[in-house]
Amino acid sequence: MAAVAEPTHEPAAAIELDQLSLGWRDKVAVRDLSGCFRRGSLTAVVGPNGAGKSTLLRGIMGWVTPLAGRIRVNASADSLAFMPQQGDFDRSFPIAARDFVAMGAWRRVGPWRGFCRSERQRVEDALHAVGLGDFGRRPLATLSGGQLQRALFARLMLHDADIVMLDEPFSAVDRATTEDLMTLLMQWHERGKTVIVVLHDLELVRRHFPQTLLLAGQGVAWCDTEAALTPENLHLARHLCAGDYL
Amino acid sequence: MNGIELLYMPFAEFGFMRRALAGSVALALAAGPLGVFLILRRMSLMGDAMAHAILPGVAVGFLTAGLSLTAMTIGGMLTGLLVAMLAAGVARLTPQREDASFAAFYLVSLGVGVLLISLRGSNMDLIHVLFGSVLGLDDGALILVSVTASVSLLVLAVIFRPLVMECLDPLFLRSESRMGPVVHALFLLLLVMTLVAGFQVLGTLMVVGIMMLPAAAARFWVVSVAGQMALAAWLGAIASYAGLLFSYYANVPASPAIILCAGIVYFVSVTTGPQGGLWQVARQARARRLRLSRIPERD
Repeated sequence: MAAVAEPTHEPAAAIELDQLSLGWRDKVAVRDLSGCFRRGSLTAVVGPNGAGKSTLLRGIMGWVTPLAGRIRVNASADSLAFMPQQGDFDRSFPIAARDFVAMGAWRRVGPWRGFCRSERQRVEDALHAVGLGDFGRRPLATLSGGQLQRALFARLMLHDADIVMLDEPFSAVDRATTEDLMTLLMQWHERGKTVIVVLHDLELVRRHFPQTLLLAGQGVAWCDTEAALTPENLHLARHLCAGDYL
Repeated sequence: MNGIELLYMPFAEFGFMRRALAGSVALALAAGPLGVFLILRRMSLMGDAMAHAILPGVAVGFLTAGLSLTAMTIGGMLTGLLVAMLAAGVARLTPQREDASFAAFYLVSLGVGVLLISLRGSNMDLIHVLFGSVLGLDDGALILVSVTASVSLLVLAVIFRPLVMECLDPLFLRSESRMGPVVHALFLLLLVMTLVAGFQVLGTLMVVGIMMLPAAAARFWVVSVAGQMALAAWLGAIASYAGLLFSYYANVPASPAIILCAGIVYFVSVTTGPQGGLWQVARQARARRLRLSRIPERD
């Protein structure tokens, strides 16, 4: 479980990892990772397939119990938000896009309360902000991959958490959508949110992300993006991950 | 006797027909909405599995106390929940998926149940448990099924929002609250409860029919989850009424007649339903072909 913050001081770290090892059943996905995501930082998590990126996010959410080491989240559990990959939920579910986005208000409306006028306005605003203003009534199943990703972003906006984690948000969308959504991410970053994004597109990382965690079953580099994404480090990451399967 | 009278005469004349109607409609109103969620969660076969899982408990109740409603109900609830937990446990602890472990447990349950009943009872008792006794509902059974249906609908209303989220995006619900497992467990509890109450009416084998068929049919008429739930409940009620009439005039057993009527509702929906029914799909395909064939003419 993610530890809850001590309220006495406000540390600069939003999330601290201390010699953390995470895994599923008998497979260790992340080994001996230490470091911190600073408050208000914008960090890309990159690495080959099977590097443990998704597992790390799930560990921070408290869904994977550490095999060793500790995760300390310096925020209330309320202010963590997680955006799943598209394959992680049921796209064919009969629900309107607006209702799907409205799920993001759960923290404020809970299981029973109705949506008051201001809450409904927030849903509309979020839909407009991601460019889905006219798509509120459309069933989820009829949205394209890009539109669906926009809906996920709108839901995340409604959530309004301090720490936002996104698992491969741009893997199924075209360049224009990526640019639009990236603008939103930058806005959140400017407003002081801690943003952690699992990504594959190194070009995008170099352009927009100040911090990078290069992961390959273990931490290869965790620092400024330029220093992290050197050819040597990338080669090492590929080598480390390949070793797992050869 | 005119045509209209034919439609209500059996119920006006015979108390057992009125009881049968009340019991089966109450069951249908609760079972349909549950069925909608089973389909949305891709657990259509789970209802079948659970219905069989209650059989050994019913049998033990029957062996210890004869055809006692209380004993059979408690027994059915216990084994139903036990099988649900065992199957979930196997799915969690081993690589086997939940549907496969459910299938394994329900087949075992069915074997054990039939064996236990035939140890003591006659063939008639077995038939009674397997196919219900909708035409012989006593006060106890009627109260059980209506209370269960009411509770089930109320609880479903209370957990509706998190249940929808659990079906749609379980990871998101998990990130938001710890209600996920509770909601899942409550849903299974409602399922077992309704099936146990329903076996008094339609029998353990047929009760799944009134749960799944109207729910599967409703999908072809309306899009929204709430709409599907309401429609499934009413389609089930209509099938119950029509089935009882059919059984009265054709002199056939009542619970298969009800399921047959639900089956007809389903086939009508599959063929003519406006939401992806066969007729509509064929019409759309024809329209598309027409559109495409016109394009070269324009060029």
